[in-house]
This record gives sequence, structure tokens and C-alpha cells, in this order.
Amino acid sequence: MCAAKTMFDKIWDMHVVCERAGGEQLLYVDYNVVSEGPFYAFNGLREEGRRVRYPEKTLAMADHYTPTVGRSLGLAGVADPEARVMIEQLEQNTKWAGITRHYGLMHPLQGIMHVVPQELGMAQPGMVITGADSHTSTNGAFGACGFGVGASQVKHILATQTIWLRKPHSMRVTVDGELGRGVSAKDVILAIIAEIGIGGGAGHAVEYAGSAIRSLTMEGRMTLCNMSIEAGARVGMVAPDTKTLDYLRGRELAPQGDDWEHAARFWASVVSDEDALFSREGRLDGSVIEPMVTWGTCQDEAAPVSGVVPDPAAFADPARSSRAEKALAYMALRPGTAIQDVKVDRVFIGSCTNSRLEDLRAAAAVARGRKTVVPAIIVPGSMTVKRAAEKEGLHEIFLGAGFEWRDPGCSMCTGANGDRLAPGERCASTSNRNFEGRQGRESRTHLVSPAMAAAAALTGRLADVREFI
Amino acid sequence: MEPFTTLTAVAAPYFFPDVDTDCIIPHRFLRKPLSAGYRNFLFHDERLAPDGKEKPDFILHRPPYRGARILIAGRNFGCGSAREGAVYALHDWGFRAVIAPSYADFFRANCLQNGLLPVELPESVVETMSRHAEAHPGAVVSIDLREQLVVAPDGSRHRFEIEAARKEQLLAGLDDIGVTLQRSATIADFEKTYFAQVPWLRPNRAS
Repeated sequence: MCAAKTMFDKIWDMHVVCERAGGEQLLYVDYNVVSEGPFYAFNGLREEGRRVRYPEKTLAMADHYTPTVGRSLGLAGVADPEARVMIEQLEQNTKWAGITRHYGLMHPLQGIMHVVPQELGMAQPGMVITGADSHTSTNGAFGACGFGVGASQVKHILATQTIWLRKPHSMRVTVDGELGRGVSAKDVILAIIAEIGIGGGAGHAVEYAGSAIRSLTMEGRMTLCNMSIEAGARVGMVAPDTKTLDYLRGRELAPQGDDWEHAARFWASVVSDEDALFSREGRLDGSVIEPMVTWGTCQDEAAPVSGVVPDPAAFADPARSSRAEKALAYMALRPGTAIQDVKVDRVFIGSCTNSRLEDLRAAAAVARGRKTVVPAIIVPGSMTVKRAAEKEGLHEIFLGAGFEWRDPGCSMCTGANGDRLAPGERCASTSNRNFEGRQGRESRTHLVSPAMAAAAALTGRLADVREFI
Repeated sequence: MEPFTTLTAVAAPYFFPDVDTDCIIPHRFLRKPLSAGYRNFLFHDERLAPDGKEKPDFILHRPPYRGARILIAGRNFGCGSAREGAVYALHDWGFRAVIAPSYADFFRANCLQNGLLPVELPESVVETMSRHAEAHPGAVVSIDLREQLVVAPDGSRHRFEIEAARKEQLLAGLDDIGVTLQRSATIADFEKTYFAQVPWLRPNRAS
């Protein structure tokens, strides 16, 4: 008789090629995703005279360095010569490697590396997916293990279709209860991170469970799993269900015909056994989660929108206390200030966390018929999202309200393409990191949901979206 | 990768919790070729004024620490982005080891790929070592990888853990790909079994 297994155990175990002294296991990789970043990996392969084992198992996206304006000009519209080189280099590298699934600057499906592959149906239950970016955890929304890796490991995966990893421990975070009005997947994950801390998930693969999680759409689950890494977790996953199958059916990379039936039977088995044991368990009441806002420079420095900026002295852990003090100095915030009184200079709606159609719909529902009072940009996650939003007329709502309607890419999440804040500027952002300097040197970031970001654009402060819906 | 056996060097205290890789190297430098000298980008925005001038009080600019080869860091060091540039920057500056209570998973993996030894010791030990390094600028720490031993400036000895196979690889200076490709036959055997289970995932060229 087999012992009960978690979903993560099942997926991990079926991908183990072999083990070596010290406990590292060689894991087989189903799909790998790169963007412009890991050019070092391709350079290394070339220098070492190696080839890519299965070029069809790697997808390549131009996203970090793509401009969000002037797209019709093509490469000539990339004002920054270094950014242009990054985009061109990816194209040359994929050609050299034989990677045909390259979604370059002018590709009709171009977009973010954690948005496009999912639209194509790449992420499927039971898979091990690697990516040259920490937010590869997004794939967990489909019941897959998404591992972010550095450039050397990308090189290894390209050459061998495998990766050496130590098996993480398993952790389950259960969120039951009905989510309140104006509360989205983003608020749920920010509440979870606030609870367990940004290092709290380190060395763990997290499975999200409970009625509040099951109620999320596939897009919501992607937002949730995307930010698992912000709690330090290696992997964040949701068990596949009928929503997963409905989403995947008919997509380009999903199995077709008899294969679909075969795959669906297999996928149904890739869930945690009822009596499976997790090394750690966490539990949140979804019904009390409010729209969340980060006030500091780590993602666990977050508060409900009805709350106040906390007093660093109130933290029991001296390390957290000194960190919070440093954060408030950087953020130019005083303890006790009501979150809703914090004024913002700009708003960014986009990134691999919150740039999908549902995110844009949530922002549009708030913006409809109103006017922005601070500069606000909307950067769809992909050309597919952009076209779908335009078909629904969302762009007209945004443009009418004074938002800028841009072209896809990572944009102001990292600022790699030049979309940055000026020093000292404060931004309500739907991205995933509020680190010092993340959106530009001396930039100040408040992480929020798309609906909250829209409300901030309309008021110029971190307003409570529930007053707008 | 250059082999790592033993290291006796000045240790620089940088004992802050949750230092992210955006802090170690801002994203805007990740487009630079390695030949640009990633040491120039290490802790860039914290280390240099907006006009590019070195801040003299930054720990790595103070004379005894400038030549430090060991960084004493806080818990969850290297969190956030998986960017390997963070490790390139530390390595290019001259660091060959970090001593911290814990690391973000990506960061630790990236260290091991580049011969930057990530030593993990209890938080109280690291904190004491950091205080000592601060009180006695130029204090030297010794690391012996084969013995998995750190000798702190106060003479105390601390054993650390590392995966056996990783240790051998670091000692020999071998990178992963060569080691893995020695197991090509095992991988091919795995593929046969695996794709029998999930035939819809079979790549075109897998037999």
C-alpha cells in the first residue's frame, strides 16, 4: 500500500530521473520559458560547444525590455539602444538554438512570459515547468510545479532538459469563506504573505486550498501562485479542477482528441490524497480579508486599506522592527497615518501578477465614467489580452477616464524598458515587488489590486475601492 | 568554475534581514555583458551617490573591508528576483563566500553555480560574527569546505552543512552540465518510461 501523497509529492516523484549524494535529485523538465534576461545561458552554451536538447520544449518571450509605446515602429521604436540589443539578442539566440516558439517584439501573440505561455495552454496539471524568472511559480495555478531558476540553471535545462534540485517541504495554506466585495486574488496573496512573512515559505512548496481558493478563476489563481515567491516559497499550486480543464480545452499546446481524454484522466489523479500530510499548515479566514496595501519595502509589510501605517516599535521581532523603521524612512511615511490618506503620484496597472483580462475588467468597472487625477498607465499582459479588452471596449473606458492604454510587456514592474518612476515618486502598482528602487531609483511602491489601483488613479490617494463599486 | 577549497579572508558585516537581489544589483544593469565588470553594479544604489561617487561610509568602501572576500549577511539573504547577476556582482567584487542564517532558494542555487560558497550558520552565531567583524575591522574568518568548518574571528569553530555531491563539485570546480551529461543514458531511460505515461508530451525527437 502506498502512503498518502500531496499533489506536489506526486508531481515531483514522477519527474525524478535520479538522485545523488546529499539528497539533490535530477528532475525532468516538461517546459522551460525564457525572456531576454538569460542571454548568459545562450552565450555559455555556444562557448562550450553545446546544443539545446529539445528546442520545442522552450518558449521565448520578449517582455522585460519591450517598449509599451511606439510599437508600430518595431525595433526602430525601441529608443534605448541597450534594450534593443536585448530584444535582438533573444531573437538571434532562439534562432541559433532552434527555438521556434519565439514571441518577439512584433509577434501578434507577444506578451509577458507568465501570461502568454498560459494563454497557449502550455501549463498543464502534473508538469514541471522552469523559467528564467522567479514568477514562474504562476504555472502553479494549473496544478503544475513552476520553478524559477537563474541563468546557469537555464543553461543546464537547455542542454539536458533536467535540473538538480533539493525537494522542498510541503506546506498547505487553506483559505475558506467567501471573499468580500472588492477583494481579489491579489488581496488574498498579500494577506497570506503578511501572515507568513517574505521568508516564511522558504524551502517549501505551497498548495493553496479551501473554498475561497476554489472560487477563484484561473486568472485569479495565476495571480495567487505568481506571488508565492514573495513569501519565499519555491512553488505555489492550486489543485486542478473543472475550471482548469475548461480553461485548457482547445488551446494550442493542450493535448487534442484522444490525447485530451488520456491527459484528463491523468490530471484527475494529480491532486493531494485526502489524508496526505503536509510539513506545515496555515489557515486564513477569507471572509475577513480586506483590500490590501503594502506600506513598506517588503511584501509582508502590508495592511488592510481600512488600517494605518504601523509603528515599527510594535513588532515583536527586533529584525522586523528595524526593517520596518528603515522602510518607513524610505517610504516617507509616519506611523499611525491612515492608509487612505497616503497620496500617490502615479498608477501602474500591469505586470505578470495583474495584467490579464479579468484584471483589466476589474479596473474598468471602477474607472467607468470617472476621471483620473494622477498619471496612470495600463499595460496589458499580452497582445491577446489587449485585443480581447478592446473587443469589449475596455480601452474606451480607460482612455475616456484619462488612463494611458499601452502595449504589452513587464513595463513599470522592473523598469527595464525605461517605464520608471522619478526619484521620490510614489506609485500605486499592481505589480509584485515594493523593494527599494524597484520601479526606479528612490521610487516608492504601494502594491495593490487592479481595482484598488484604479481607485487610486481616480482619487490620487490609496482609496478604498469598496466606495467605488 | 574555479575550485573552492579553503578561504581565509577579511569578512565584511552586512547583517540586515531580507536583503533582496534588486538591492544587490538593480535591474537596469542586468543588460550589461559580464565584461562590463559586474563589481561596478554591486549594491549600486546604496553604495554610490546619484552622481556616481562612492559613499565613503558604505561598509565595502571602508579600507579594511574593501578587500573583504567573505560577506556576513542576514536571514533570507538574496530574496526576490532569481537574477544570477546578483551573484555575478558579488563574485566580481571579489567575494568567494557568504555567511548567513538563511538564503532565498534561488540565490543559494545561483551561488553554487558560480563558486560563491553559501555558508549557513545559526542566526546567533552569524550575529556574533557580524558584531565582531564590525568591532574589529579587518577581522579574518577561515572557511574549510572539505571539513565543512568555519573559524570565526573569536576563534570559535562552527560546522556547516552542504550537500555531499555539491561539495565535491565545488572542491573540483566542476559545473553541473558536465556532471549531468555523464548520466545521459539514465536520462534517456527515464524519458522512455515517462513518455509512455504522458505520450502527449513526447518531443518530436525523443525515441
